[in-house]
Amino acid sequence: MAAAVELRDLTKRFGDFVAVGGITLDVQAGEIFGFLGANGAGKSTTIRMMCGLLRPSGGSARVLGIDVAKDPEGVKRSIGYMSQRFSLYEDLTAQQNIRFFGGVYGLHGPEAREREQWAIEMTGLRGQEHRLTRELPGGWRQKLALACAVLHRPRVVFLDEPTSGVDPLSRRRFWALIDEMAASGVTVFVTTHYLDEAEYCHRLALIHAGRLAALGGVAELKQVFAGHAVLEVECPHPADALDTLSDAAWAREVAIFGTRLHVVVEDAERGAQQVQEALAATGNTPAQVARIVPSLEDVFIHHVEEAEAQKAAAARR
Amino acid sequence: MRKTWAVARKELRQIARDPLSLVMLIGLPAFMLVLYGFALNFDVRHVALAVQDLDGSRASRDLLGAFVNSTYFDVTAVADAGDDLERITRMRSAKAVLVIPRGYGEDLAAGRNGDVQLLLDGTDATTAQTILGYAGSIAAEANSRLLHRALARTGTPAPDMTAYEPRVFYNPELRSTQFLVPGLIGFLLMLTAVLSTAMSVVREKERGTMEQIRVSPVRTAELILGKATPYLVISLLATAIIILAARVLFGVVVRGSYLDLFVATVLYLLGALGFGLLISTIADTQALAFQIGLLTSLLPAMLLSGFIFPIRTMPAVLRAITNLVPARHFLVVLRGIILKGAGLEPYLEQLVLLAVFAILTLGLASLRMSRREA
Ligand SMILES: Nc1ncnc2c1ncn2[C@@H]1O[C@H](COP(=O)(O)OP(=O)(O)OP(=O)(O)O)[C@@H](O)[C@H]1O
Ligand SMILES: [Mg+2]
Repeated sequence: MAAAVELRDLTKRFGDFVAVGGITLDVQAGEIFGFLGANGAGKSTTIRMMCGLLRPSGGSARVLGIDVAKDPEGVKRSIGYMSQRFSLYEDLTAQQNIRFFGGVYGLHGPEAREREQWAIEMTGLRGQEHRLTRELPGGWRQKLALACAVLHRPRVVFLDEPTSGVDPLSRRRFWALIDEMAASGVTVFVTTHYLDEAEYCHRLALIHAGRLAALGGVAELKQVFAGHAVLEVECPHPADALDTLSDAAWAREVAIFGTRLHVVVEDAERGAQQVQEALAATGNTPAQVARIVPSLEDVFIHHVEEAEAQKAAAARR
Repeated sequence: MRKTWAVARKELRQIARDPLSLVMLIGLPAFMLVLYGFALNFDVRHVALAVQDLDGSRASRDLLGAFVNSTYFDVTAVADAGDDLERITRMRSAKAVLVIPRGYGEDLAAGRNGDVQLLLDGTDATTAQTILGYAGSIAAEANSRLLHRALARTGTPAPDMTAYEPRVFYNPELRSTQFLVPGLIGFLLMLTAVLSTAMSVVREKERGTMEQIRVSPVRTAELILGKATPYLVISLLATAIIILAARVLFGVVVRGSYLDLFVATVLYLLGALGFGLLISTIADTQALAFQIGLLTSLLPAMLLSGFIFPIRTMPAVLRAITNLVPARHFLVVLRGIILKGAGLEPYLEQLVLLAVFAILTLGLASLRMSRREA
């Protein structure tokens, strides 16, 4: 079976600036595919090209086998899109929003009524459907936006940071909805910069400065630390420690996480000792050095640093 | 069609949700009619007139009669020879003094023009101007009549006296409100049609809902139709209200057919709506859309359409520019229908221009809207 989404060297330039620099990947049908990246990494730009809102400067995006740039109308009926900005009509009621989006997708008759009931049920808005959208709490609005984006039963759904600015409990419920959709065969392409949400995704793409930094399942991605250990270091002056350890050849990677440092070493025990000694020598004796299970954030930082190092190397040449 | 209706219904709900905009769209036109109707009313009647008849001939009495019969003037004082005329106006016992010099009757009898003198209180320049106009035409008319009579008596063939014979046809009383209503309709429709469509589309761009619509299978034509139809209907409603208010308040009657009026108005509105949509493809913020709308359509509809300033008296360059202002052509048609009771046939040129404008703006707007990315 063909992939639901196929990106081939997809590129977007704004003038001289390369927002998306040649992304190639496939998303299988029924998959929850996470698109992770920092602010400005190019997530929204990529999604907008896949929805036909932006024309690629190079490469191609195929959705359900159709080249979006060549035939945007051909895919519109089969895709759902929830933009990063909240984009329902705040001066209309929840129900009026549902009816409008059902209407522009051509729903009518019993089907329209059935989908309307489904949306009200799914968002938990029963009894609230006549409230103005602007008066609804954030979590509800977000669910309503999702419902409006999938009223027409699209086969592929693009969600651009659907949970930004929503409380953790609502986020959890939101992901449960996404899970349900995927279970029913819908392909979900979702961007986020909450790394904890990546755990909900079947597969992930990490993008950095418009380029694919890593691609794979969560467990697969964490494999980059196979044969290494990640140490968490707590010390009085983390910033100084960062300088000290960055200069040490045996510390493969050093990064600050809040008030702590994460250091990647080859051997946990030997590395811990080296960290102790190096920091003690600068009067920055660590309170604790412990081996931890690497998180996705470690993976992410690893890839970003690698990408930066490559770029720097390329620039030197 | 269904999608168009979905868009139109949503638009109507949003308009209804915002009472202020609804009042703006429907109430403002009527309010402005009242405002302009009373404030811009240049009519002057029953002007207090003092008379100093130094001639005392039959001709001078005839002239006086013409002044009084016009109902524009009431003779409130009669000054004798040697009276201080300035005092009369200074005391405000009369706004104008008509001086008929000795020999007026003889001049006319001899086939010469009879000169008279009018002293005016110029404190209120507009009124003074109007009085001067009335007096000028009354005197000229009386003069030429009397002159004709004198010449006929002597058997001399009458020279061509049509040179100066001002006569106002379709608005014989020069009632400004009569003249104002068509201009007001043209102007107000620009206000509601151009601004409200432009703003409603740009608002969607600002709030991000446009992007959501653009990923849906709604076609550009359906979107445009759905957006424009509610404003078309509202603008027509506003027109009906203006016409009704003009009739009730100022006794302005539509002499021509309402169907013609409707056809011309719809044609004009299509262009205005298209222009509003075109603005919305250029402006990214409501503030910018408002300014562009103001500069490119509202001001011209007010200043260059013949609504307030007569086009005839404009410098040639401006006069040429007015040809690009659709309100100008619409006004010609409207005045024809409302004041003259004319049909559409005499105004084919104007109607074609309006149609061209509508096709151009709507076509350009839909082209730009469907081509756009982001
Ligand atoms: N229309 C545009 N013109 C010029 N530059 C743009 C345009 N749209 C986006 N960019 C730039 O492209 C880069 C990628 O933007 P994009 O919105 O795709 O990032 P993102 O990953 O979605 O970030 P965020 O997490 O902030 O949403 C940014 O540097 C942005 O400034
Ligand atoms: Mg984004």
